[in-house]
Amino acid sequence: MRPLLLLDNVSRAFQGVPAVRPLTLAIPEGRTTVLVGPSGSGKSTLLRMMVGLVRPDTGQVLFEGRPLTAESAPAERRRMGLVLQGGGLFPHLSVEDNAALVARYLGWDGPRVAARLQVLLDRVQLPATVLRRYPAELSGGQRQRVSLLRALMLEPALLLLDEPLGALDPITRSELQEDLRATFQALGTTVVLVTHDLGEAAYLGDTLVLLREGRVVQSGTAEDLVRRPAEDFVERFVRAQRALPR
Amino acid sequence: MSLGASVALGFLLAQPPVQVGSKVFTESVVLGEVATRTLAASGIPAVHRRELGGTRILWDALQRGELDAYPEYTGTLAEEIFAGRVPATLEALRPALATRGVRIAVVLGFVDSYALGMKAATAETLGIRRISDLQAHPQLRFAFSNEFLDRADGWRALQRAYGLPQTDVRGMDHDLAYRGLAAGAFEVTDLYSTDAEVQRLGLRVLEDDRRHFPDYQALLLLREAAASPGVLAALSQLDGRVSARDMVAMNARAKVDHVPEARIAADFLKATGLDTGSPVLPGRARRLLGYLRDHLVLVGVSLAGSILVGLPLGILAARRPRLGQAVLAGVGVLQTLPSLALLVLMIPLLGIGARPAIAALFLYGLLPVVRNTHAGLTGIPGELQEAAEALGVSRLERLWRIELPLASPSILAGIQTSAVICVGTATLGALVGAGGFGQPILTGIRLDNVGLLLEGAVPAALLALAVQGLFEGLGRLVIPRGLRLVRMP
Ligand SMILES: Nc1ncnc2c1ncn2[C@@H]1O[C@H](COP(=O)(O)OP(=O)(O)OP(=O)(O)O)[C@@H](O)[C@H]1O
Ligand SMILES: [Mg+2]
Repeated sequence: MRPLLLLDNVSRAFQGVPAVRPLTLAIPEGRTTVLVGPSGSGKSTLLRMMVGLVRPDTGQVLFEGRPLTAESAPAERRRMGLVLQGGGLFPHLSVEDNAALVARYLGWDGPRVAARLQVLLDRVQLPATVLRRYPAELSGGQRQRVSLLRALMLEPALLLLDEPLGALDPITRSELQEDLRATFQALGTTVVLVTHDLGEAAYLGDTLVLLREGRVVQSGTAEDLVRRPAEDFVERFVRAQRALPR
Repeated sequence: MSLGASVALGFLLAQPPVQVGSKVFTESVVLGEVATRTLAASGIPAVHRRELGGTRILWDALQRGELDAYPEYTGTLAEEIFAGRVPATLEALRPALATRGVRIAVVLGFVDSYALGMKAATAETLGIRRISDLQAHPQLRFAFSNEFLDRADGWRALQRAYGLPQTDVRGMDHDLAYRGLAAGAFEVTDLYSTDAEVQRLGLRVLEDDRRHFPDYQALLLLREAAASPGVLAALSQLDGRVSARDMVAMNARAKVDHVPEARIAADFLKATGLDTGSPVLPGRARRLLGYLRDHLVLVGVSLAGSILVGLPLGILAARRPRLGQAVLAGVGVLQTLPSLALLVLMIPLLGIGARPAIAALFLYGLLPVVRNTHAGLTGIPGELQEAAEALGVSRLERLWRIELPLASPSILAGIQTSAVICVGTATLGALVGAGGFGQPILTGIRLDNVGLLLEGAVPAALLALAVQGLFEGLGRLVIPRGLRLVRMP
């Protein structure tokens, strides 16, 4: 399978401290890749690199075979949907304006925007009444759904989510996990997801990539990681997870 | 012809009105008023730009052609303009002034020099008429203004010139000295020979019989380029017409009786038969409206400039951190300059009137706008900056749709600060002839007239409050609703 996105021998240090050590990683098209690992292992840095928000010190990022550069990144980003940990919603814009900002910038007319919003509201299970509301008037779960809706607005080829469910209560979280899985399957989009939670990773991901101190320790299915740990650290990481949903 | 009609006629003939200036003391303002009304009575349009400042400001404005005429004194010309290189006589000054394109249009007829004075009754009893008569009375107590005590040509020089034996000599404030004299705390003080108090307190001005004090003959200076036969003919009617007694009386009416200078001048001209018209004095409401209009122009134009320049500078500072520090430091330095100094620094560049005031206020108002724009933009939480960058829209779109709205509460607060500072500082504009609420404050201070002072100070304070309120309201319009729901971190 041809990778939609390829991190080719990339590395990155901040003030001389390496966050990502030279690594090569392919994101296969149409699948969900999950980056897992302890705090500070470089998950977010890697994700930002894929969108061009962080430049690699060495190597390059290839999106659909084209190198992602400072010049090409803004246009390429419109084919990527990004969900940040806190949602990254703009507090001064209503839900509708948050979602439709780029579409309108690209010249979509009113009916086209409205039609797309309607489809996505159904997709992320939100009532149309939220469109007029402001982020401050939403619950945490609703905010994450809106954030997902905004990321899906332009039918992205690649969807990237950085700990989208980090700060939610267990019930909302498991509801959203189900809805995310349904969405990924329905759309067949390529997804990169960052999470701490191995259970979530197993539930949502096709391939898990376990990171430690900026290195890929093991990548494979959840089963591979549990049954055939590549090293001690993998076993420890798996055992550290309390409750796995069955 | 009335003043209004002659001004209207002047416009029809496209003849610019003669610009008459005056310094920021009562006698100068009265004389400026007299000159202006005399011109108007001869059908020559003239405006009086009153209380412009000190000798330097008036002289420079005359040299630049912003003023055509103003009252001056021979001694001042000799000392301050020609730095002692030209003696204080008419014969010496005329050619010296001619080289600067200025002529003495009128010698008014009185001398306003430093002098010594004492109560007329005391002087009469002791038989003192001249300064040299003081030699015979070593027991007399003297009190002088601090300036007179310190000046090289002040008390010490006078003592030497006349061989005065008195030892009870102290320094004090000029106005306090008059009160002390009235109360009998001492017998002799220094004064200007046309001070209002000469009449009010019944003082005798002692004759300077050894001609120690420089000659301060009162004149009207006229710019050569403005010296048309009509203007010269009109002004020459004043030649020798203002006696020391007239001047003291006029000063007293202004300072003691709080009569407006325009009326004093009109009454004087009526008494001398030069003009029979009555002044049109605007009522308080009209006056306040005029000040308000001037003040709003000063604040409005300078604030608009501060915003138009400050906003881009703030954005630039936020985008380029290195350059940003330099920009912030630069506008910060402007803010540390005392506003009065900034105002005066503008005069050589922009002359007198509203322009230097607007320029100074503009520079002064820059810092709050730049600093708050910078703070608002750099204070956007990292995640939102990232989310904005990840959208893939142009930098301009990002700035316009996301960054500026997010920074709008801070930016608006900066503009508000700038506006409120501006309303207050604009009162200093009157010092350079910009008008506004500073005008009655300035006049009130000069005439020691609290009512007049409040006429400027109270509306200025109210205007500042109104501006404050306006911005609170504006916040509801400009700051996006979604932002008012949350407190930004
Ligand atoms: N902009 C930055 N400036 C300086 N250091 C950074 C920056 N971004 C990341 N780092 C450092 O790089 C390392 C990896 O950070 P990263 O955010 O990628 O970790 P993570 O795996 O996402 O952690 P978490 O699970 O806590 O979110 C950390 O040590 C972090 O402090
Ligand atoms: Mg992270």
